[in-house]
Amino acid sequence: MHKFANPARFMRLSNIVLPWITGLTILLFALGLYYSLILAPEDYQMGNTYRIIFVHVPAAYMAQFGYGVIAVSSAIGFIWKHPLADQAARATAPIGAAFTALALLTGSLWGKPMWGTYWIWDARLTSMLILFFLYLGYIAVWQAIEDQVKAAKIASIVSLVGLVNVIIIKFSVDWWNTLHQPATLMRMDGPTIGGNMLIALLLMIAAFNMFFVAVLFWRIQSLILQRRIRSLRLQLGGGLG
Amino acid sequence: MATTPLNKGLKAGARKKRRLYLLVTSLLVLGLAIVLVLNALEDNIRLFLDPTEIVEKGIKPGQQFRLGGLVENDSFESHHEGNIMVNKFVITDGNESLPVVYEGLLPDLFREGQGVVAEGHMNEAGIFVASEVLAKHDENYMPKEVIDSLKKRGQWQEGEKGGTLTPKDKNS
Repeated sequence: MHKFANPARFMRLSNIVLPWITGLTILLFALGLYYSLILAPEDYQMGNTYRIIFVHVPAAYMAQFGYGVIAVSSAIGFIWKHPLADQAARATAPIGAAFTALALLTGSLWGKPMWGTYWIWDARLTSMLILFFLYLGYIAVWQAIEDQVKAAKIASIVSLVGLVNVIIIKFSVDWWNTLHQPATLMRMDGPTIGGNMLIALLLMIAAFNMFFVAVLFWRIQSLILQRRIRSLRLQLGGGLG
Repeated sequence: MATTPLNKGLKAGARKKRRLYLLVTSLLVLGLAIVLVLNALEDNIRLFLDPTEIVEKGIKPGQQFRLGGLVENDSFESHHEGNIMVNKFVITDGNESLPVVYEGLLPDLFREGQGVVAEGHMNEAGIFVASEVLAKHDENYMPKEVIDSLKKRGQWQEGEKGGTLTPKDKNS
């Protein structure tokens, strides 16, 4: 663990890994889109409209995955005081927020023709909206507190408190009755989708995941560089101007 | 955690352990609190009532609520009154059922055997007057061709998959 907590080592390692991750992202998106738009057949109820799940479901997964990354990094940062863990958590927040927004937006666009409404305050939709606000709140904490050490500490507590919401999102459709349907993939009795539809969905999830990792690495790199610039400026006595 | 008088004498390792315990216990307490709150609010978080609950609770006419269940087979009829489409159907949960009347356009997924959620109130005659009808989509995705060939062989009943009540709709 300590080996990777060194920012300089992270810069070196990520520079080697990043081109591969980027290439894999492009490959997975090309394959995933080919399956989603061409090979996957029409759904028996919704025709072609269902194809939005190839964006909606991966985006919603990444929204929750992102929050998990923040929570785990925050816990490591809080307990072991690894500066890199704090930076990783901070770097993840805008990515997760963007995926949450995408999931909400695509769901809303699908909801109008299928359900008959863009929005309903059921447990799944509401907990997803709360996730979006948690992301914004987390970002705001980092922005509002000047002292980086203090900001890291408070932000990590905020993120860990919000972690319970991710559990609520997952089980909201099982615990309460909702308009949103129950899980299609992650269920005890196996997925209720098959063939090329399933392959398309899994490929798109993999593509989104790789994209997430690539962007996260770029963002951590740029945060490390920002800190380096800041400390160099302070050393030169020029202040932050 | 900064060095406070409390943990001043402790070594770095002991402080780490203390932070770990602090974090784990606070999260457990928080989790417990949330579970209690959600339990207390259960009725408010649920989106709709099913016909059995309406009958059991004896809801007064005029009171607004959401009713959810399946559109009963062979119960749907609609006609035009001027420019307005008047739809009549029955919502059932397999146990009790309630007649519904709704004026307006229905969503694409609406059909017999399909899950729906309707907002409105009961009138004096015991009919649910809906101001909005939403279709529930289930978690099943199937290629059109598969269903078409099943239909051809007579092995598919309308509403068979789309119409299955999930356990939580029935009892939670």
